[in-house]
Amino acid sequence: MLTILFDGVAYGMLLFVLASGLSVTLGLMNFINLAHGAFAMVGGYVTALLMERLGAPFLVTLPAAFLVPAILGIVLERTLYRRLYGASPLDQVLFTIGLVLMAMPIADYWLGAEARQVHLPDWLSGSLSLYGVGISRYRLFIVGVCGAIAAALQIFLVRTRFGAQLRAAVDDARVANGLGIDVDRIFAITFAVGSGLAGLGGALAADVVGGVDPSFPLKFLVAMLIVVTIGGSNGILGALFGALLLGVLDVAGKYYIPSIGAFIIYGVMVATLIVRPQGLFSRGDGR
Amino acid sequence: MSGASSAVARRIEAHLARRRRWRAIEIVFWLAALGTILAFPSRAALINEIVIAGLFALSLDLILGLAGIVSLGQAAFLGVGAYAAAILASKDLGDPTLGLAVGALAAGALGFVTAPLLLRGADLARLMVTLGVSLMLGELANRSAWLTGGADGLNFSMSPVLGLFPIGFTGQRNAALYSFVVLFVLFALARRLRQSPFGLALAAIRENRLRAGALGIATGWRIVAIYTVSAAYAGAAGALLAQTTQIVSLDLFDFHRSADGLLMLIIGGAGYLYGGIIGAAMFIVLRDVISAATPEYWEFWIGLLLVALVLVGRERLRDIVLSRAALVWPKAAGRGAA
Amino acid sequence: MTARTSTLCVALAALLAASPALADDNSVTIGMILPMTGPSASTGKQEKAGAELYLQQHGDTVAGKTIVLAVKDDTGAADVTKRLAQDLVANDHAAALMGFGLTPLALAAAPIATEAKVPEIVTAAATASITEKSPFIVRTSFTLPQASAPMAQWALNNGVKKVVTIVTDYGPGVDAEKWFGETFEKGGGTIVERIRAPLKNPDFAPFLQRVADDKPDAVFVFVPSGFGSVFMKQFVERGLDKAGVKLIGTGDVTDDDQLADIGDAALGAVTAHHYSAAHDSPENKAFVAAFEKANAGMRPNFMAVAAYDGMDLVYRALEKTKGDASGPALLAAMKGMSWTSPRGPVSIDPETRDIVQNIYVRKVEKTDGALYNVEFATIPDVKDPYKAGKH
Repeated sequence: MLTILFDGVAYGMLLFVLASGLSVTLGLMNFINLAHGAFAMVGGYVTALLMERLGAPFLVTLPAAFLVPAILGIVLERTLYRRLYGASPLDQVLFTIGLVLMAMPIADYWLGAEARQVHLPDWLSGSLSLYGVGISRYRLFIVGVCGAIAAALQIFLVRTRFGAQLRAAVDDARVANGLGIDVDRIFAITFAVGSGLAGLGGALAADVVGGVDPSFPLKFLVAMLIVVTIGGSNGILGALFGALLLGVLDVAGKYYIPSIGAFIIYGVMVATLIVRPQGLFSRGDGR
Repeated sequence: MSGASSAVARRIEAHLARRRRWRAIEIVFWLAALGTILAFPSRAALINEIVIAGLFALSLDLILGLAGIVSLGQAAFLGVGAYAAAILASKDLGDPTLGLAVGALAAGALGFVTAPLLLRGADLARLMVTLGVSLMLGELANRSAWLTGGADGLNFSMSPVLGLFPIGFTGQRNAALYSFVVLFVLFALARRLRQSPFGLALAAIRENRLRAGALGIATGWRIVAIYTVSAAYAGAAGALLAQTTQIVSLDLFDFHRSADGLLMLIIGGAGYLYGGIIGAAMFIVLRDVISAATPEYWEFWIGLLLVALVLVGRERLRDIVLSRAALVWPKAAGRGAA
Repeated sequence: MTARTSTLCVALAALLAASPALADDNSVTIGMILPMTGPSASTGKQEKAGAELYLQQHGDTVAGKTIVLAVKDDTGAADVTKRLAQDLVANDHAAALMGFGLTPLALAAAPIATEAKVPEIVTAAATASITEKSPFIVRTSFTLPQASAPMAQWALNNGVKKVVTIVTDYGPGVDAEKWFGETFEKGGGTIVERIRAPLKNPDFAPFLQRVADDKPDAVFVFVPSGFGSVFMKQFVERGLDKAGVKLIGTGDVTDDDQLADIGDAALGAVTAHHYSAAHDSPENKAFVAAFEKANAGMRPNFMAVAAYDGMDLVYRALEKTKGDASGPALLAAMKGMSWTSPRGPVSIDPETRDIVQNIYVRKVEKTDGALYNVEFATIPDVKDPYKAGKH
């Protein structure tokens, strides 16, 4: 059934945008940021509130959903996160869980526990029929936007000077510093872009999952971690394939064999890691 | 030659024997814990939760503190132990000792089977494999509703401990004492284990696995062994939790159970076995006090505490708290300094 | 193990000792256990606000007693619920327990209610069998058979012949599926497919795709409070509304808490339930206005009204016992109590301790610029059919 395949791809693309920032911080910078979902929540709230309070059109709010979490990310990176780059993974886990625990009540306090909705414009709601295959307009939109983001990221990382500097800084920060690369600045910008993408992902996901609520940071945490681990550390492409695989398997599994439901994705992850502990698309050296 | 080496062996032996001895402060710790249960009968339920969480954190300490293995899936064993005890009790086999043994064995067996997954891959892969296993088990319990009650959970009742001490609502203090005795016995075993040659070999593996291998220590099976033991401990904690609350639900397999256990252990400090228990006491009492004051927003304060803990440094923060405490309880702090 | 840790132990013991509630002889503590954090937090918020509104309106004194409301967060975990219930009864000497956001949580506290002889007032969880688990359980919310069976009757009377049911896979969902299905098939209708969606996964798209392929006249749905908006949106996204599939269900899916924000996707959905914020009565108008005023414009839903009525029940029982707050006395006073709630006339069935109330059939419509469940038919004094069938 092509509709199911398409839904899976759309879901996977959404997971990719949510997780792409995490795959950079976790896969490349080796920083375990469990608070990544909190940035997604911020993005979702930005879109929902801009539409609700100011009546802004959906498309206009999307850049804001990227920018606000990105700025927040850069502020937090400069003040807090950077102190922990060299710290033990346990400290990183403790610290970022602490941030999540703080973010959820703050959202609850300001905006209430009920979910905030993102209302799609008419041209994005409902579905259309292509050669007899029912396709949701909004999911088509998601596939388009997320595909473009994936392509842009890949080009950015592989083709640009900044991408090369980032890879150098990640491989060996000290040497990169010695070569005149401003490692601090590179990490800060990367972190901000990752947070911004999470925010954009949150804004795009809000409609599909029934709105943004204070428990959002934890809702997707496990799915995002699975994407990154399955994909392996090879930056963007690995995460993209990991996300697509997960999305298609999850949706198809629920349609065809609803009785085992969520079992599939966990099973796939464990099986993948048994066969390839570095993930499907690792750089071989297990970094 | 042989005289010299036997002298060295004697000195090592003497050192180990000294370490095996229980120090006065440890005895005070356990007596104080027992005294707390006796002194606050109306808080028995809370203390019971602390004792069980302490056992769960201790099980994590066995792998993290002794062998340096990180896991986000310890809830798998908590859940298996709890469900094993609960299913037994729901089939009218409500003897707590039996349920405890079966819970620990079932979790230990699962630990033994899944331990090979830990031998490959880096920390992140281990975190995710352990997490994946616990989520799969949670899903399995959800799907096997005929046995586990599915999302509605399972309610059951227990026979008295050893046929003498009821542990329902009317026997709350018995329940806490029962958990306490189990914790103490398992703790004493873990303490012995840590100072045995096996424990020393684990320390070597934790510090440098490659070098430990080069010294002729078989790292693989030792990791499997300690993971199995740790799983059995977590299973025992699960069984206790099921028996003393007489309900189990899918929530036991959740990510946050593993994360909470890890938080407690890290707050208390890993590696010296008491950390998990102390961390559990601090975490749960704080949560109880804060969430009574602000049931919606207590997570914020716990989060703030964690962030502060990491930024200030765990050791330094503890010192600050203790020097403040010294102002209030000068006598106790004086004893601490001595 | 350092010597310093013993200092910590002393500090902890002091905290333990300091925390017992400062209750005196003249106060009556009501322990309210709710999920205030986590995915069901919105239920907890509504319930807490409902109970607090009652206190604020009626003062904290009744029959010479001072009422103390102690709200605790169980995070939605059953073992925590149980521990809190034990603590509240043993340590705070609570005269009644209240709340319980989900079925397993209500079941967790049942043995304590029985052993301690303390009334357990269930103001949320709606599986029919809950009240059978302890003779001390009283319910002021509703049961799913109570709402599902009338829905099936309405569907039969309105030309619906083929239905697919989608329910969340746990106690209340199974109840809804069973009672809707049985009533509907007995009346000559056909259930084409029965789908159960997992409790934890909010993505209904694959299930709705199955519905689209089955082409029924209507979909009957039960999802827990808070999950309605996802369902509604994906229903429209699949184009099921345009394909002429009717959306029917219990009122959980068009929860007042979310309805205003779901948007036009919800228009036309027909549900059967015991409470709508748009219920046309002076009591309800006053309740809604006061609730919105006290909670920054938040609209009360059926959770809020159940908690409000739970408090009302305790107050009325205390008046009847002239201040005797012992469990059996309170319970006896609660049995058979009847009063006018914001939702309409209600009473506590003395045999089953469950609530007897009107069930309304409603349709989502836009009134005064906002979406409401507008009631258009009333089935008076519905007893829970599950237990009524047994007696």
